[in-house]
Amino acid sequence: MTPLLDALFLQAGHNAALVAIGAGLLGYASGATGTFLFLRKRALLSDAAAHATLPGVALAFIVMVALGGDGRNLAGLLLGSAITAAIGLVTVQWIVAHTRLTEDAAIGAVLGVFFGVGVVLLTVIQTMSSGRQAGLEDFLLGSTAGMLRQDALVIAAGGALALALTWALRRPMTLVSFDADFATAAGYRVSRIDLMMMLAALVVTVIGLKVVGLVLIVALLIIPPVAARFWTESVGRMIWIAGAIGGISGYAGAAVSASAPNLPTGPIIVLMAAGVFVASLLFAPVRGVAAAFIRQRRFKARVHHRQGLLAIARQEPIRETFTLRLLQRENLIRADGVPTEAGRAAAAKVSRDERRWDIARRIHQDAGLTGRYDGLTPIEDVFTADEIQEFDRRIGPPVAVEG
Amino acid sequence: MTGTAGTKDVVAARIGSGHRGASSGEAALSVRGLTVSYAEKPAVFSVDAAFAAGAMTAIIGPNGAGKSTLLKACLGIVPRLSGEVELFGQPLEKARHRIAYVPQRASVDWDFPATVLDLVKMGLFRSVGLFGRLRGEPEARARACLERVGMAGFADRQIGQLSGGQQQRVFLARALAQGADLYLLDEPFAGVDAATERAIVDVLRTLKSEGKTVIAVHHDLATVTEYFDRVFMINVSPVAEGPVAEAFTAETLMAAYGGRLAATHVDELALAGTRV
Repeated sequence: MTPLLDALFLQAGHNAALVAIGAGLLGYASGATGTFLFLRKRALLSDAAAHATLPGVALAFIVMVALGGDGRNLAGLLLGSAITAAIGLVTVQWIVAHTRLTEDAAIGAVLGVFFGVGVVLLTVIQTMSSGRQAGLEDFLLGSTAGMLRQDALVIAAGGALALALTWALRRPMTLVSFDADFATAAGYRVSRIDLMMMLAALVVTVIGLKVVGLVLIVALLIIPPVAARFWTESVGRMIWIAGAIGGISGYAGAAVSASAPNLPTGPIIVLMAAGVFVASLLFAPVRGVAAAFIRQRRFKARVHHRQGLLAIARQEPIRETFTLRLLQRENLIRADGVPTEAGRAAAAKVSRDERRWDIARRIHQDAGLTGRYDGLTPIEDVFTADEIQEFDRRIGPPVAVEG
Repeated sequence: MTGTAGTKDVVAARIGSGHRGASSGEAALSVRGLTVSYAEKPAVFSVDAAFAAGAMTAIIGPNGAGKSTLLKACLGIVPRLSGEVELFGQPLEKARHRIAYVPQRASVDWDFPATVLDLVKMGLFRSVGLFGRLRGEPEARARACLERVGMAGFADRQIGQLSGGQQQRVFLARALAQGADLYLLDEPFAGVDAATERAIVDVLRTLKSEGKTVIAVHHDLATVTEYFDRVFMINVSPVAEGPVAEAFTAETLMAAYGGRLAATHVDELALAGTRV
């Protein structure tokens, strides 16, 4: 484990430290930017853009070699990838606007065609004399081997740009994601805001090509916000939580992949993010699966508790074992099923509440209040003491429950 | 249908008199030659309308008559094939800050990460700008709007936990936060409880008493006379327009709804002509 710890604490050499910091910045930017893609339900669209970068990378290589330059110049490759990704996005929009195809069909078609063309071009490059050591296939799944200081600077600058765009436009983007019609009515140009959203995602995709790779970059855009959604009910906080999840995943994933030879960087980073997602899914308060399970259990117990007491009040036998165990545990009935003193008192109270609700629903005018009857809501939570007194006056004096 | 021709004449006359000048003062919203089409089937065809300022107008008509589409086209939400829209005598883009829109509540995903207060603050985004403060005075304004719709106690509640009626009230509060002169509502009473319906009507009446204009797509013919003072009746193209007393009659209803409205139902409605 020492190589891993060294890598995590930036002790594994200059290059590994550079890679970890670069991947952390990339993760932060992509998590924050991806928040609005997720809320606007545009995750797949950015996947199409990511796959459409491949022909751009390959074409840029070919053009640079043809012009007598170094085909592996990163700035040139990224520029090429951005151009074809943008063409891919425009194509999807055009298909949706001008044909009867739905967006998912358009995304599938564009993604497949662009990626296919890219793979064909890669094969062509393999046959070129200068193409054998091009290493372009690293753009598929990402690699941090031989990452340079200037590569990290490109990531930092691009990440800062995407973050700034997301932060500056967080209000219109929130509005468009929640209610595009209202945004239009209020005077926002929805198409322009969508364009800025996709532009930020495109920047993250392009700078993430080298580290994470184009196949998995969409995961780094979407998994962090999905995980963040479990922890908050506020868009503002969600942006920063998603950024933090992405940043930690990027940093830790890059460190792990640097600590062992031949571990691909992109998949490790994405698996880190997926780990955070699974933990959030299971253990987040309120929205997590465990919390929902506990809530459901408590609710079920309340229902059985109340039904059991009503059965006692009506002097009906209780048949369900869950109900029997519940009431026994609370000493409301004895082991043989006979109600205790406390059980009879509680049953009398529940039965009275039911009769109060009966009266309330018959005589009270406000449907908003009487509509809150569900068998569980205590009547004191809905009506004032005066109103309940009035219901009691119509019911008559309390009646004891016989054992 | 022997009376068809006669009915049409009456209706045509009514549109003629309702358009411009029937009400006192300027039109809050006026539309000329508006056509909206989905694919190659017009949903709204060649509509001329002038909605009186300071009035509460119901847009009514059968299902698929283009009521919501008319509203959305006026706001630029769906593209217009032809026609012009003016707000208070100005082109739409120059007067957007004077309108507030309440969409159908089913049109959004309520499992969105926002509290009730967050949602109402969305109505302030335009006036505070990209970087303006939302705490302090603007937040107090948002809370006051919640108070007006009787939802002050729900400010910190997650919007996904609201009932249908509560969702509708919060949407109205967001529109109030926009501080507009013209309120456009799309089926504000659809699927809400009686208490919410009363609360919304009260708020709309208060708006009217403050001199604001209210236009609502409305589906419940039984409450038209009680809630509104003008109607705009549409079935793809306009059928009748004017004060409730003149335009909301058995004839115009038959013209708009045709066979879909059995004569017996018409008798049960609180029609303008039969009231004192």
